[in-house]
Amino acid sequence: MSTPKLQLIGIKKRLRGRQVLDGVDIDVAPGKSLVIIGGSGVGKSVTLKCALGLMKPDAGQVLVDGADVTSMPAEIRAKIMRKFGMLFQGAALFDSLTVWENIAFRLLYADGVSRKDARERAIEAMRKVRLAPEFADVRPIELSGGMQKRAGLARAIIAKPDILFFDEPTTGLDPITADAINDLIIDMVRDLGCAAVSITHDMASARKIADEIAMLYAGKIVWRGPASTIDSSGNAMVDQFVAGRADGPIQAVV
Amino acid sequence: MINPFAPIGRVVIGVLAEIGRFAAFVGRAVASCFAPPIFVGQFWRQCAQVGYFSLPVIGLTAVFIGAALALNIYVGGARFNAEQFVPNIVVLGITRELGPVLAGLMLAGRVSAGIAAEIGTMRVTEQIDAMTTLSTDPFRFLVAPRVLAATLCLPILVAVADIIGVMGGYLVAVNSLHFNGAIYLRNTFQFMEPQDIILGLTKAAVFGFIIATVGSYQGYNSQGGALGVGRATTNAVVGSIVLILAVNYLITAFFVE
Repeated sequence: MSTPKLQLIGIKKRLRGRQVLDGVDIDVAPGKSLVIIGGSGVGKSVTLKCALGLMKPDAGQVLVDGADVTSMPAEIRAKIMRKFGMLFQGAALFDSLTVWENIAFRLLYADGVSRKDARERAIEAMRKVRLAPEFADVRPIELSGGMQKRAGLARAIIAKPDILFFDEPTTGLDPITADAINDLIIDMVRDLGCAAVSITHDMASARKIADEIAMLYAGKIVWRGPASTIDSSGNAMVDQFVAGRADGPIQAVV
Repeated sequence: MINPFAPIGRVVIGVLAEIGRFAAFVGRAVASCFAPPIFVGQFWRQCAQVGYFSLPVIGLTAVFIGAALALNIYVGGARFNAEQFVPNIVVLGITRELGPVLAGLMLAGRVSAGIAAEIGTMRVTEQIDAMTTLSTDPFRFLVAPRVLAATLCLPILVAVADIIGVMGGYLVAVNSLHFNGAIYLRNTFQFMEPQDIILGLTKAAVFGFIIATVGSYQGYNSQGGALGVGRATTNAVVGSIVLILAVNYLITAFFVE
C-alpha cells in the first residue's frame, strides 16, 4: 500500500474547555478525494486547521508524505506547507488587492515571481476556473459569491499543490452555482492529480466530489467508506445525517 | 467556602497573562521588522497611510494648540509681568510635550483604530489564515510594515507639527497680542535647544511604535465577528492612549534626570 499523501493520527484538540477533537484518524491517498461530513460545530473546521498547521493539536500527528509535520521546525514545516492549497468557506480574498493579485499572491509574495509572469499565470488560472479575465483588475468585493469561490479556487491551484483542502465549498451558493463549483473541484483534482480533503454538510456536494466519505461526530470519525456506499452505511448516525432527520442518535443543536 | 481573594487573583493572573501575550507579540513583531523578506511595497503603502494622510489632522491640531497655548501663556505671564516669555514657552511646550503627545493621541484614534479594524476584519474573515496557507508570514506582511512605518513616520509628523504649532503661536502673538514678528521668531530660535527637539522626536518614535503594535495586537487577536472587531478597535484606541501617556511621563522623567 502506498504512503498516504496526508494522514492525521489521533488528533486531539480542546477549545474553551470543550474537547472538540478526541482522536481523529483520517488519511487520503494521492489522486483521491476524501470528504468529511458532520453537523455544525462537530469540529470539521478544527480538523482542517490542524491538518493545515493553522492550529496546533494538543495530541496526535499530522503526516505529509509520511513525515510528521507537527514535530518539525517551523522553517521546514513551512516548506512542506507549500504543497497545500486551500479554498476557504468565504473565499477569504484580500480586500485590498485586485482579483489577479489575490490569485497570484503566493507567486508574488512567497515565490518571488515577477508581476508580469504572475499576472499571466493568474489569468491562466482564472480561465481554468472559468472566471472571465476581464475581472482580473477588479476588487473581490465587486464579484458575486460564486465568482469569489472561483477566484479562491484559482488561488488555491495556481501553485499546483499536492493536497487541496476545501472548507464548505458550496455553502451560501445557489444549487446551479454550487454544482458548477463541484464540477470545477472534480476537474482541478483530476488535472493536478492531487489529494483532496473537503469538509461539508452539503450531501449533494459530498456525493459528487468524494471518492470516500468520513463522518465526524463527538470528536471522532464514526464511519468511513466509499461515497457509493453512503446510503447503505449501516451506521445510524450516517443514516440520520444523510436523510436529514431531526430524530435519531444525533441530537440537533438549536 | 468562597475564597474572597480568588476573584482578585484571577484578575491579576489575567492581566499578567495579557501583558505576557503582548510582550511576546511585540518581540515577534520587532523580529519580523528585520528578518527577510521585507515587503517594501507594503511599507511604502503604510507610510502613505500613517504619514501622508495624517498630515491634515496633525496640522490642524498643531496650529490650534499653538495658538491657544500662546493666548494662555500670555494671560498667565501677565499676572507677573512675564508676557515676553510667550515665544519661549510656546516653543518649549510644543516641541517637548504637546507636539508629540497630541500627535500620538490623534494617531491613536486615526491609525491604531484603523490598523485594529483592518487586521481584525482580516482575522475574522479568515484572510490571515489564507495568507498563512499561501506561505506568507502575516507578521512580516501585515504587522512589520505597519510598525516600521508608524515608528519612522511619527517623528516626521511631529517635526511638521512642531513647526505648524510654533507658527500658530506666532500668528496669534503677532496679530492679536501685538508682538513684533521678528523678535518673536528670534526669541523662539534662541531659546530652543537641540535636546528639546531630540526629546520630542524620541517620544514620537516610541509613540508610533506603541500605536502600531497595540493596533496590530488587538486586530490580530480579535475574534467573534463584527462585535470582536469593534471591541478590538476600542481596545486599540484606549490601550494606545493609556500607554502613550504613561510612557510620555517615563521618557520625560528620563530626559529631565
